[in-house]
Amino acid sequence: MKTLHIYFFVFFVFGLISAQSETGDVLIKNGTLITITDGVKENTDLLIKNGKIDKIGKNISTGDVKTIDATGMYVMPGIIDAHSHIAIDAVNEGTNPNTAEVWVGDALDPYDINIYRALAGGVTISHAMHGSANAIGGQCETIKHRWGVMNPEEMRMEGAVRTIKFALGENPMRVHGEGGRIMPATRMGVEQVFRNAFSEAQEYMKAWEDYDNGKSDMAPEYNIRMEAVSDILKGDLMIHCHSYRADEILMLMNVLRDFGVEKICFQHVNEGFKVAPELAEFGAYASVFSDWWAYKFEVYYSTAYNAAILTKNGVITSINSDSRELIRHLYHEAAKSQRYGGLTDNEALRLITLNPAIQLGIDDRVGSLEKGKDGDVVIFDKHPLSVYAIPQMTFVDGVVRFDINSDPADMRIEVDPNETMPAFMEAVDHEHDDSCLQGLNELLFDK
Amino acid sequence: MNKLILIFAILAFVLPSGLYGQQINKAEAGIFLLKGGELELMDDGRIKADLLIQDGLIKEIAENIDHPTAQRIDCNGLIVFPGMIDSGTRLGLGEVGSISLTQDHNEIGTYTPQMQALTAVNPNSVSIPVTRVNGVTSVLTVPSGDRFPGTAAMIDLLGYTPNQMYSGFKGLVFNFPSAGRRGWWDSRSEDEIKKAEKKQWDEIKDFWDKAKLYNKIIAGGKKPDYNPQLQAMVPVLNKEMPLLIEVNERKAILSAIKWGSEQEIDYILTGVSEGYLVADSLAKYDVPVITGPVLNNPSRNSDHYDVAYSNAGKMQKAGVRVAIRTNETENVRNLPFNAGFAAAYGMEWKEAFKAVTIMPAQIFGVDDKYGSLERNKIANLFVADGDPFEPKTDIKYLFIRGYNIPLESRHSYLYDEFLEREPGLDGN
Repeated sequence: MKTLHIYFFVFFVFGLISAQSETGDVLIKNGTLITITDGVKENTDLLIKNGKIDKIGKNISTGDVKTIDATGMYVMPGIIDAHSHIAIDAVNEGTNPNTAEVWVGDALDPYDINIYRALAGGVTISHAMHGSANAIGGQCETIKHRWGVMNPEEMRMEGAVRTIKFALGENPMRVHGEGGRIMPATRMGVEQVFRNAFSEAQEYMKAWEDYDNGKSDMAPEYNIRMEAVSDILKGDLMIHCHSYRADEILMLMNVLRDFGVEKICFQHVNEGFKVAPELAEFGAYASVFSDWWAYKFEVYYSTAYNAAILTKNGVITSINSDSRELIRHLYHEAAKSQRYGGLTDNEALRLITLNPAIQLGIDDRVGSLEKGKDGDVVIFDKHPLSVYAIPQMTFVDGVVRFDINSDPADMRIEVDPNETMPAFMEAVDHEHDDSCLQGLNELLFDK
Repeated sequence: MNKLILIFAILAFVLPSGLYGQQINKAEAGIFLLKGGELELMDDGRIKADLLIQDGLIKEIAENIDHPTAQRIDCNGLIVFPGMIDSGTRLGLGEVGSISLTQDHNEIGTYTPQMQALTAVNPNSVSIPVTRVNGVTSVLTVPSGDRFPGTAAMIDLLGYTPNQMYSGFKGLVFNFPSAGRRGWWDSRSEDEIKKAEKKQWDEIKDFWDKAKLYNKIIAGGKKPDYNPQLQAMVPVLNKEMPLLIEVNERKAILSAIKWGSEQEIDYILTGVSEGYLVADSLAKYDVPVITGPVLNNPSRNSDHYDVAYSNAGKMQKAGVRVAIRTNETENVRNLPFNAGFAAAYGMEWKEAFKAVTIMPAQIFGVDDKYGSLERNKIANLFVADGDPFEPKTDIKYLFIRGYNIPLESRHSYLYDEFLEREPGLDGN
């Protein structure tokens, strides 16, 4: 019996160790620190110890901590992408208008080269999302770009808020209405998918409550989909909703009010600028493209000034990639908010740091350079909002995950030994579709 | 040119007032004197001088110009740049990406060189004003599709008919066969891929031989049977129009150079995403290259992350004549940022700027009219408060064919309307 206990103990400890990811110590000397929350500090040092920011100040000296001279360089918090589909090898469970039970966290792919390429663009965290085929899609995973780890468990950002993908408009209408001839075929139908799911979940929760209180003798049937929708109603699972048109954005806020759901982040939200006062009043977040438009009808009446209008109306706004390509230069996408709407440097950089952190519920951990926050940092040679800026080094938890001076061409971790004729991607004709239909587009629609 | 101005003047007069302001305020015709700006002259540096726009042309560049009637525009502290040219787009040929009936760049058929991009250019495309306010004044608009999808045309981003917009260059597109796998979804075996390639080449040779025969019959003064496909090839075979060979993969680029040199034609390579690997060959054969988008993913998983950023610069440094394109439809406005990234990743600023101005003009053979600030060139230019590649920079004035273009688009109109929405919340 005693040995069994020891076995359990050993297993328990091993489990803890294996999920524990590597942290590092580093002293970044004499850089221009863009803190986001406390202004820009010139000629300042930043010390990371055990993966956390330990000290910010002048002339910090330590013992034998690895030191990096950042004289003439810009040091900012690691960039956060609130909407991406990299590092997962399944995006859409496009088989039902409601698939709340599935989770992209079950399909993490630490070998995806796009993780490294995102790091080379200064991105340390991304929100790996389910696709937009279903009105209620699957649950998402916030990951840290710990390139080099091979255990998917080590990619998860431990302690991040749980999130789930919703989708409005053309995509669920196209997949289920046009494709499957079932509801939703219209934006009216999309509303009812939510109302049905939330109402059923209320009944489900009531049935369990009655059983738990002894009011009913028979336990209700366990339903993993209803469990997930119940978690939304309880506030344990935050909605990130693919959306474009103003009317559908208002619709979902009304549904959420009726069911007492208080938190939501609208994704894409191309017409968010048209209902910015309503979004601000609700306290909804907006995660937008810098300048994508016209790739489908529901984004024809959009504007590159979206981020600026939303920001100036008090909506907490981020700029996301939703693309393997854009994720490599989100600092440039943020800079476009200066061409289109004249945001200040700090407002523009908040769009890719603190604001997405707030939207993902991780702003106590990341998004700014502050003592106690995670050592997720990127060093640029020029101001990150300049088109000429090039990321030099990217740290995750104080560990160097990208270094331009140690950057051979082929950074793949896994190479297929049977690959005799490697794939060559011809310059893509037109990548500007939200990649939210990934997995369905290639296999169902384009062929 | 004068005839064009006349057409404009008549149009401006007769257009019913109901059309006025439907999308964008009218461009303003007139004589404009740009006073006190710095002029970007590329190889000749930046000089402080005045610039006179008259009859749609850059009439004069000198230190102190006076003109009795010209509208004076104070450019002190500002920089005057030649308008940028995007050497590969689908601008005007597509309106809403996912709605196929608004897409006019891709005709059915494998050999359709007779398709004319210029025919389908929608002068009122919402994307046109969206593009030009960033300083892009001309584009090559290109059909896409199968082997010979059609004929591309260069247009200025002003005008109410395609013919008005046409700026005097056409090129015929040839999508060069690429050996290899196209992507993860391409599940063909190596053998199947090779067979498919051979079949493609058999067809191309057959078509090419027929075109040559057709041309010979015409040259002999005879009238062959009606054949629009072969007829469309005649200007290429007579070197009156270049072939735009779209090719990206390293080996395919080398084959394209070999094939192009063997034919008695003028040709330009487009795409050329692995050009940096064969830059010496491109330079040796003096093949002009249109490359881009710069803001693009590497073509292979094994590639260095910055290959698309650095490709243009590496080719240019090897002595290749390089122009930069976006290959875009609604976001051609990102041309300056594509050039900016090329400059960040190794291309000299001046060379990157030439790659979106004088270089495409030279490659298209229209550098007598386009691509730089020179006397008697068409007045396609813009005035900015700084480097046009930097997102922070503001464009202050824009001229196309001498017209003062309002810096407005649907995007800016929506900003004006919705920044402080009225009524606001709950009708207040």
